[in-house]
Amino acid sequence: MMNLLRLMSGRNATAPVARERLQILLAHERGLRGQPELLGLLRAEILAVVSRHVVLDPEKVVVRMERGKHVSTLEVDIEVPNGVEKSIAVAAR
Amino acid sequence: MAKVLVVTSGKGGVGKTTSTAALGAALAQMGEKVVVIDFDVGLRNLDLVMGAERRVVFDLINVVQGVAKLSQALIRDKRLENLWLLPASQTRDKDALTDEGVGKIIADLRNNFDWILCDSPAGIERGATLAMRYADEAVIVTNPEVSSVRDSDRIIGMLDSKTVKAERGERVEKHVLITRYDAARAARGEMLSIEDILEILATPLLGIIPESQDVLKASNVGSPVTLNNAASAPARAYMDAVRRLMGETVNMVVPAERKGLMNRLLRRRAA
Repeated sequence: MMNLLRLMSGRNATAPVARERLQILLAHERGLRGQPELLGLLRAEILAVVSRHVVLDPEKVVVRMERGKHVSTLEVDIEVPNGVEKSIAVAAR
Repeated sequence: MAKVLVVTSGKGGVGKTTSTAALGAALAQMGEKVVVIDFDVGLRNLDLVMGAERRVVFDLINVVQGVAKLSQALIRDKRLENLWLLPASQTRDKDALTDEGVGKIIADLRNNFDWILCDSPAGIERGATLAMRYADEAVIVTNPEVSSVRDSDRIIGMLDSKTVKAERGERVEKHVLITRYDAARAARGEMLSIEDILEILATPLLGIIPESQDVLKASNVGSPVTLNNAASAPARAYMDAVRRLMGETVNMVVPAERKGLMNRLLRRRAA
C-alpha cells in the first residue's frame, strides 16, 4: 500500500506515506488513551494463565503486535517443554 | 476579560518559545496588554528570545514560594510598554511549581492583563501540564513532520482531559499553528500538507508560519520576529494569526518571502 502510494504520487512524494502511517498510529493511540497499554496487559494476563500450569521461561515467550488500519493481530508464541502434559496429568490425578 | 492562552506542542524544538514571543509581541503591537510566562523551569529561554535575559531578577518560582511579589518579578519589554515577561527559574527544582501556586498567579494576572500567554516546556510532565492547567485557549505548535503531529495529537488529548476547563465540562478552545512550513516541498509531496495535518488532528488552523531565515535572525538579536522585521513573511503570518485570535476573519494564505529584483537576479546567478 505504501509503495503504491509512493508510485502514485511520484518518486519523491513521501508525504502520503507519512499521512497513512500517522492515521493508523493515531487511531490506535486515541483508542488506548487513558487505558493501560493493551499489549502489555494482554501479555501479562496470558502469561499468568499459562504459568498456572507450566513453568515458563520468560526468554521462551515472544509477543508481537501488528497494527493495521482495520484489524490488529496479537501473536503470542510460548515454547512449552516436552513432558509437561504428562506432569499435569499426574498432578490432576 | 482576560484570556489565558497556552502555547504547547508535546515535542521540543518545534517553535513554542519563538511563537510565544511573536504572538505576545503581535498582540501588544495591536494595543492589547500582554504578559508572557515561561513555564520551562530549569531551561528558560523566553527571556533570551525576547532580549530580556540580562534583566531577570526574580522568577516564577520566587513568586510561587512567596520570595518575591508578582510585580517584582514581571519584566516590562523595552520596546512595547504593554508587553511583560514572567521568566522561569533557571536553577531551582521544577517540583517547586505547584498547581495551587500557579493558579494564584494566573488569577492575579487576570485582573491586570488582556492576554496571559503560557509558554509550555516540551514533554508531558509537570511543567507542561501546569502550563495548560488554567488555559482558556491553546495554540498547538506543529511542524509538518510525523513525530510532531503525533505529539500534537497527544497534547490535544491532554487539553481535553487535564485542564481545569475540561474538568468543569467546558472546552479549551484549540488552534493548530503550523510552523516551519515549506510550501514548495509540500507541493512536491515531500512534506505533509496543511490539509493532511488538519484532517489528522481535527483541530482548526490558526496560521501557517513559513520556514524562514528571519526567525533565526530575530532570535539572534533577542527580538520577537514581529518586532524585528514586521515586513518579513513569518512576521506577517504571526500578525494574521493574532488577528484570528482576536476574532477577525483573515484569509489563510502562506506569506511568501518578498524578494527584490536584485535579490532574485543575484540568487539566480549564484545557482
